[in-house]
Amino acid sequence: MIERTPLLNIATHVILIFGLIVILTPIWLAFVAATLTLQEVNSAPVEVWPGDQLWPNLKEAWALTDFGPKFVNTLIVAVGVVVGKITLACITAFALVFFNFRGRMLIFWMIFITLMLPLEVRIVPTYAVAANALSPFQTMMDFTGITWLINTISGIEVKLEWNLLNSYTGLILPLVATATGTFLYRQFFLTIPDELVEAARMDGAGPLRFLWDVLIPLSKTNIAALATIMFVYAWNQYLWPLLVVTDRANYGMVVVQLSDLVPDQLTTGGGTPTWHLAMAATLVVMLPPIAIVILMQRWFVRGLINTDK
Amino acid sequence: MAEISIRDAAKTYGKTTIMAGVNLKVANGEFVVILGPSGCGKSSLLRMIAGLEDISAGEIEIGGVVVNALEPRERGCAMVFQNYALYPHMTVAENIGYALKVARVPKAERLARVKVTAESVGLTDYLDRKPSQLSGGQRQRVAMARAIIREPKVFLFDEPLSNLDAKLRVQMRHEIRKIHNRIKATSIFVTHDQHEGMTLADRLVVMNKGTIEQIGTPAEIYDRPASLYVAGFIGSPAMNILPGTYSAARAAVVLDSGAALNLPFPSGIDDGRIVQVGVRPEHLTLVPPGTGTFDATVEVVEELGPTRLCNLMLEDVALSVLTEGRPELASGNTVGVRVTMDRLHVFDPGTGLRINANEAVRHRQPEPALAQI
Repeated sequence: MIERTPLLNIATHVILIFGLIVILTPIWLAFVAATLTLQEVNSAPVEVWPGDQLWPNLKEAWALTDFGPKFVNTLIVAVGVVVGKITLACITAFALVFFNFRGRMLIFWMIFITLMLPLEVRIVPTYAVAANALSPFQTMMDFTGITWLINTISGIEVKLEWNLLNSYTGLILPLVATATGTFLYRQFFLTIPDELVEAARMDGAGPLRFLWDVLIPLSKTNIAALATIMFVYAWNQYLWPLLVVTDRANYGMVVVQLSDLVPDQLTTGGGTPTWHLAMAATLVVMLPPIAIVILMQRWFVRGLINTDK
Repeated sequence: MAEISIRDAAKTYGKTTIMAGVNLKVANGEFVVILGPSGCGKSSLLRMIAGLEDISAGEIEIGGVVVNALEPRERGCAMVFQNYALYPHMTVAENIGYALKVARVPKAERLARVKVTAESVGLTDYLDRKPSQLSGGQRQRVAMARAIIREPKVFLFDEPLSNLDAKLRVQMRHEIRKIHNRIKATSIFVTHDQHEGMTLADRLVVMNKGTIEQIGTPAEIYDRPASLYVAGFIGSPAMNILPGTYSAARAAVVLDSGAALNLPFPSGIDDGRIVQVGVRPEHLTLVPPGTGTFDATVEVVEELGPTRLCNLMLEDVALSVLTEGRPELASGNTVGVRVTMDRLHVFDPGTGLRINANEAVRHRQPEPALAQI
């Protein structure tokens, strides 16, 4: 529906501008704070125009948080999540949409249910699994008596162990194992006409060939959208890295490092809060997600509204 | 090149049978059109031949090999789909050459064959375009080229022309026939459009409710429909169907309105048997009232251009007549109708099957004037 009335146009613009102000004000204030000195940032009233201390603040924040290696860590994790997620989502949806197998709907609904259990909700069991990724199998073997059987026959006691704490695998896998991407892909694959599938079969292309030659090129916009969302999602992770990484020197991620700068009783020890450094670090941490969103924006929108005609 | 033979093919989904006892033999190089209304199982039959659908019972043989268990790519069939089914992200050249790419044909040979094939369907200038930049007719050509390039044993067409406008449809119809004449692959063409069927087919297969009603050349089927269903389905405007009773004494079918249609051929029908008589609109002639076989009342007259179609009422039975010339008739007028008696078809109302077989010879004979040409 397209309405063309001047009054409505003005009203919608007012709403849009208001929304923009609401969104931009905190960012502006963060930017301003990052350009001030310790004294200025703690003076009342709040300063609204930038000072000249941006560069020194950035340098100090960078050094304090050890951002260099942490950026590399975060990049590895974010890219790992993006690649893992896209691959997993693509092949799961492929199996769910194009193959007819027993229990297909059951599996679909089980995947669906995981949507209602975000990482934060199942964080304790997930941590337990991450501490020993093979523990579910151990439990199953104990429960079914296989451990006992092996122990009785060979005298060997089976103790499976695979520790994922303090590793990239441990950081990446739990973030990959969610259903969102699978859904995006499933919805897209459902729009592929049957005739296209049949044409490929007539042309002699097997399922994997069809996936690679037809589905993946057709889902480029979906890949872009999913990549953008997952990159930002992984980049902004705080709780999971905080929990799973105790070796912060080697596996720390930027958002966790950033939180160290946020002044509280512990870090300042009752001294003056260093908001200018926290804000400078925030600006730095924000940059990669913003760059990705701007870069992928065109594809991103097309992928989500699904009208690549 | 291959002949196809289908023996007792059936298709069931769970407990519903959608097709049963289908038998069909298609000779090498023949162009067969399967004609029927939507939902009659014609597309399913085609897809069963292609291998896109399982066959529940019976056998399908292509080129002497039973293909029931073979994958589509192993059957040597190429298919043209109703919605073209082109790969949207590939150029025309890539679309045409995709089957060869999958078959690992070397690139140089592939490109050469794409070029030759594209030329044969007039697509040379469009090889670098995407399907979305083409018109309907051009897309149809790409779909054809994609099928031709594989040099298949069998061509399958699944209503390929139904998405085109009327003019383009006629044009593509001719092109399909020309391509067939050139490459002579065995072809099966599915359509619900009787004009397409009549014009394209060497032989026509009329299907209804999952069974084959009749197989024959288009002329045979038009001249001698095997059942009421075929009689009503083939021919436009449709054949008139008049209920009546056979009287052996008068060698005629007495219509419910009292008029008698004398059968000019020995019929062998039992006296008093209730029948339905079919006569095509072009085999009825309008004459002055009282001078024809019976009189009827004019309902509506439709202008067709070369002729007019008069819709009449013979008591409560509707009747259509294709007139010669353009008689001025108004609604409510009474006219006489003369029936060309040797063009009558008699059917059993119960089974719907044609009953008199004896007149067959007469209809098959070509008209003398034409036979001399």
